[in-house]
Amino acid sequence: MVNSSKKRLSIRELSEREFFYGHKACPGCGGSLAVRLALKVLGERSYAVVPAGCMSAVGFIFPQMGFACNAIISTFPGTASMLSGVAAGARALGHENVHAVGFAGDGGTADIGFQALSGAIDRHDKIIYICYDNEAYMNTGVQKSSLTPVGARTTTSPVGQRLRGAVTGKKPMFEIVAAHGIDYAATASVGYPMDFIRKVEHASRVEGTSYIHVFAPCPTGWGHETSETIAVAKDAVDCGLLYLAEYVDGRFLLNHDPGEFASVREYLLRQGRFRHFSEEEIASVTVQRDAGWQRIRRDWKS
Amino acid sequence: MSRGSRAFISGNEAIAAGVRLARPHVIAAYPITPQTTVIERLAEMVADGNLAAEYLHVESEHSALSACIGASAVGARTFTASSSQGLLYMVECMHYASGGRFPVVMMNANRSVALPWNIYGDQRDSLSLLDSGWIQAYAEDAQESLDLVVQAFAIAEHPEVLTPVMVNLDGFVLTHTYELVNVPDQVDVDAFLPPFQTTNKMDPERPMSLGFTAGPQHNQAFKQLQHLSMLSAGRVIRETEERFGQLFGRNYPGLVDAFLCEDAEYVIVTLGSVAGTVRPVVDRLRSMGERVGLLRIRYMRPFPELEIRDALAGTKAVGVLEKDISFGYEGTVFTNVNSALTRAGAKPPRLLNFIGGLGGKDISVTDIEALFSRLKASDAGETVTFI
Repeated sequence: MVNSSKKRLSIRELSEREFFYGHKACPGCGGSLAVRLALKVLGERSYAVVPAGCMSAVGFIFPQMGFACNAIISTFPGTASMLSGVAAGARALGHENVHAVGFAGDGGTADIGFQALSGAIDRHDKIIYICYDNEAYMNTGVQKSSLTPVGARTTTSPVGQRLRGAVTGKKPMFEIVAAHGIDYAATASVGYPMDFIRKVEHASRVEGTSYIHVFAPCPTGWGHETSETIAVAKDAVDCGLLYLAEYVDGRFLLNHDPGEFASVREYLLRQGRFRHFSEEEIASVTVQRDAGWQRIRRDWKS
Repeated sequence: MSRGSRAFISGNEAIAAGVRLARPHVIAAYPITPQTTVIERLAEMVADGNLAAEYLHVESEHSALSACIGASAVGARTFTASSSQGLLYMVECMHYASGGRFPVVMMNANRSVALPWNIYGDQRDSLSLLDSGWIQAYAEDAQESLDLVVQAFAIAEHPEVLTPVMVNLDGFVLTHTYELVNVPDQVDVDAFLPPFQTTNKMDPERPMSLGFTAGPQHNQAFKQLQHLSMLSAGRVIRETEERFGQLFGRNYPGLVDAFLCEDAEYVIVTLGSVAGTVRPVVDRLRSMGERVGLLRIRYMRPFPELEIRDALAGTKAVGVLEKDISFGYEGTVFTNVNSALTRAGAKPPRLLNFIGGLGGKDISVTDIEALFSRLKASDAGETVTFI
């Protein structure tokens, strides 16, 4: 259920205030951009819960704090459960117009934090859970997570004589959370910031659990130029490896159909982690993409 | 002086009654035998409208404590309960709560730790967590359980303490045994326990970062402050009990409960409900002219070093009876008691360590009599023995 009494935010109304700055994120960090944009939407009465991972490592180094709103590091598995506690505590104390928002990476969400996330969605707790997906454990040095794409080179899925990068593909987190009957879910990319901002704003009005999965390139781990973060994040959508969608009122909604896809080959080979891909491997990724889109175009409302 | 009402309830129900009176804002818990009836009674109170708390049905113990930490971090009063494997599953969060100075109160139903699986009582679960930074109290009966949990909030939330408290009840022996208990009136508990006030919180009007990183330059200072706060908890516990006694007429003896120890030559030191088995043996041996006593440790952290030293001064032999073993050495309670006595400088009494009750193994009156005989024997044998 969405509280529709407030009107939609336009880009001109987006706060000029910064709520996440002065942190130590790498140049070109997609994750920190996602946090920055989301907090501009949610504002100063936000409680940001950030588990162990890049954003907590760069944003909370005593005595230099990178958050201008309330913020706390959670345990690695505990983003969603701490959010539930924050929301319940704030409700019990009568704090109004506040947002309990979590920013967890792909490992903190799809792996170690998955159980707590599932529990929070099951309870329909009024929290906003934002997963910034940089497709590996970046904070610890680029190890494989369950959201690392198949074939990607990480430090624990190296390209060797026998194995060529990650042997498994990405868990479909968006569809997994939707299968819970979640109140609101969306995918996004920092390459399409207005779409992301709109989704955060929608989540802020949802009377229940919201989950936003935002694609957030990591030049350090992916092996592309720091200036290319937005281009790579946009390219992922344009080449069809990432879709922009929502799950609202129990229905899947495709927000953007690129029609004719940009080149998967170009997207992959501009990143060091995929540079070992053979033409067959690129073709295999393309086949999987097409199969996914056939299903999406058939089943989801656009 | 409190009026209250009399109720025939179990240890677990006494905990639930005490928690209700403490008016927690948030309860998050996950079921595990033999803790379950605590959270069942609380759920009923919430369902019936007798307790205005947010009750979170979390999917694990880790999330239970994580949620309590989150709620505490916005200034809410919080409670959880667990036992054994569940307690161990939340260990990461236990260090988190104490390090972040979040005064969560938890009830732990002392239970054996797998393997082998066993649902019955011993204290290896909580005693293995003495270093987690939580204040640890051990109850002997249902009345003390209720009173301890009410006091626990006052102690945990005290600005000089700001440290979480674990109230331990022996699984089944105490959690499921019914006793006549005085349940205080709400108005009196309200007078004893005002709403939780803290500056260590995320306030929407005064944004703050909590749970942060502190590097090598600052980290130890935080840990040292935490240690000092835990040490000051000893004084706060005594003050809290004094205030409690004035309001409710039930007086508690501080961090240890010394029973006929003044002139005792032989004393059994223990914790929890087994003290109730030692007590009549002490009475009987006293009636036969033997100078024996019981020292029940009520708080394992902060550790009552001075109280133990005072209570055991002049003894010839002391037996530490505990439902715990630190594999490869001795019982942890024994290690702590031994340290307290050795630090005194004077020659300590002969110290023996009796390990018993593991996995619920019965400790009988006959066993206790045999232990006193061992203490009196000139050749006591091995220092550490399983009974």
